[in-house]
Amino acid sequence: MTASPRARRTLAGLALALRLALVKLVAIVPTLLIVATLLFFLLRLAPGGPFDRERAAPPEVMRALEHKYHLDESLFAQYGRWLTDLLFHGDLGPCFKYPHRTVNEIIGATLPVSMHLGLMALLVALAIGIPLGVVGAARQNRWQDTLSMAAALVGLSVPRFVLAPLLVLAFSLGLYWLPVARWESWRHMILPVVCAALPTAAYVARLTRAGLIEILGADFIRTARAKGLSERRILFVHALRGGLLPVVSYLGPGFSGLLVGSLVVEKIFNIPGMGRYFVEAALSSDYALLTGVTLVYGALLMVSNAAVDVAYALLDPRVRGT
Amino acid sequence: MTARAEVVPGGAPGRSLGRDAWRRLRHNRAAFVAGIVLVVLLLACIFVPMLAPYAYDRQDLALGATPPSAAHWMGTDFHGRDLFARVFFGGRVSFAVGFIATGVALVIGVTWGAVAGYFGGRVDAVMMRIVDILFTFPFLILVILLKVFFANSRSPLYHAFQATLGLFVKDAKDPSYLPLFQIFFVFGALGLVSWLTMARIVRGQVIALREQPFIEAARAIGVRPLAIVFRHLVPNAAGPIIVYTALTVPQIMLTEAFLSFLGLGTEEPLSSWGLLVAGGAETMALYPWLLVFPSVMLAVTLLCLNFLGDGLRDALDPRARKA
Repeated sequence: MTASPRARRTLAGLALALRLALVKLVAIVPTLLIVATLLFFLLRLAPGGPFDRERAAPPEVMRALEHKYHLDESLFAQYGRWLTDLLFHGDLGPCFKYPHRTVNEIIGATLPVSMHLGLMALLVALAIGIPLGVVGAARQNRWQDTLSMAAALVGLSVPRFVLAPLLVLAFSLGLYWLPVARWESWRHMILPVVCAALPTAAYVARLTRAGLIEILGADFIRTARAKGLSERRILFVHALRGGLLPVVSYLGPGFSGLLVGSLVVEKIFNIPGMGRYFVEAALSSDYALLTGVTLVYGALLMVSNAAVDVAYALLDPRVRGT
Repeated sequence: MTARAEVVPGGAPGRSLGRDAWRRLRHNRAAFVAGIVLVVLLLACIFVPMLAPYAYDRQDLALGATPPSAAHWMGTDFHGRDLFARVFFGGRVSFAVGFIATGVALVIGVTWGAVAGYFGGRVDAVMMRIVDILFTFPFLILVILLKVFFANSRSPLYHAFQATLGLFVKDAKDPSYLPLFQIFFVFGALGLVSWLTMARIVRGQVIALREQPFIEAARAIGVRPLAIVFRHLVPNAAGPIIVYTALTVPQIMLTEAFLSFLGLGTEEPLSSWGLLVAGGAETMALYPWLLVFPSVMLAVTLLCLNFLGDGLRDALDPRARKA
């Protein structure tokens, strides 16, 4: 079986992307360790502890609590214990606010929900944003362009936490079409996913339009026109591949924006995701939970950035050479 | 952007970048209307709390929550506080955060980017590497962590704040100043995490400008490097700096509202738009007006700021318009 030159080029590209992915993933580990160490010490040096209450507990109770969670040991002994648990058992330790659950249990239960919400919102954002941007670029400076870009600017300006309650007010409390909150059937998912997706969709639309307009002015598009190809073929086959590159490089930050944005969406719709616990942990100085959730967010962000770099290398032949 | 002098024999009057931009901005109807709305809103936020018959924190528990009426144009909340006064007082806080934090970000970003771009080489590599690293961290989470570390009554920053305040007032140790400290903290924290893009933009501009003849001339007559950076390079990068500053303001106001919404920004009894939306969202089934008025104010303001920023970009950066 002889491979055609084209197939061989694709294979070489894939091999390169695979190697790039491996390098990027390996580089994530030390970065995460540095972040974890910084977080550990900063949080414990910060004033205020997880057991501070309005009314101080009796000293013997405090001592017992601190002993149970090893807070009475030296900082370095605590760090050693915590790091060994993390590295050798993948254990992020006990949670201070919910004494019966470990940080691992909480993350294990909530991360899938957050990922589900985030990925669906990302898909919806791309499904809305890219067509809107293509319309804007294909009908540049005509009413279709003005309309879609005005819509994108509105989408960019209305924050998620304003959009969400207003949508609930309209569709749940006013029209009774959709449930107010919770995360059960697909009907429960419509409002949260739309709320999380719209601002991202608006940004994607603007990026798509700008990227496409730049590509449509390139020489190879003039060549394609000179060959007599149809406008539709030029737009969708020749221009879109290059025009979407800015969108691809936005996917990493965009996904992390969605995750952070879902802090609000999860709170409003009472969705049992990770964002709620992050906010609660921040408000109650729950060191272990805060460190754990921050590390998971950081890891997700770095993995998605690495994935974007790899996708970029696959799509853009200019990057491969370097 | 390079300063282009168009020499016309016979002498048509020269047009400066500023006058050119102003003409273009005036012809952009959306941006111009947005600008007027913003000025009106800003004046209202400054003067309404002074003139309104109710103070933003005056409670009337017997009255409770009432829908909009002739006495209370936007109704009252659960504690009988006048929403009209609270919305405009909250606007003060939101605008102040937006402008001051943007100022902080502007100073850091321009200095960082200009120095990195002008000196180049290893300085540039190290400085921009730091920017790259900070970029990979979701900055909202950074702000939340900073807030957890430092924005409480036992933080060393709070003691510094009290000491500074003691120079102006006698009762600086009074705990009622804690909310004020927290607002200042939000200014600083948001500014500290929002300068990264500005630094990149300014660096790019400075690199493009630094080989121009007028900079070479300045070097030749012995102008000191920092004077070249701030007196010659930064003013010539004014266009992109203004544009990006204008686009940073709505971003920061949005972030402040987001943090207040989560209970991590401005705190009661002060008000800000994010805090009011959060309160309104909790009771929207019973008292929808408490949600609708602050939401609309926030959304309209952000929309106008974005329209104005886009308009400024078209006016000041004609290359971006063509693209």
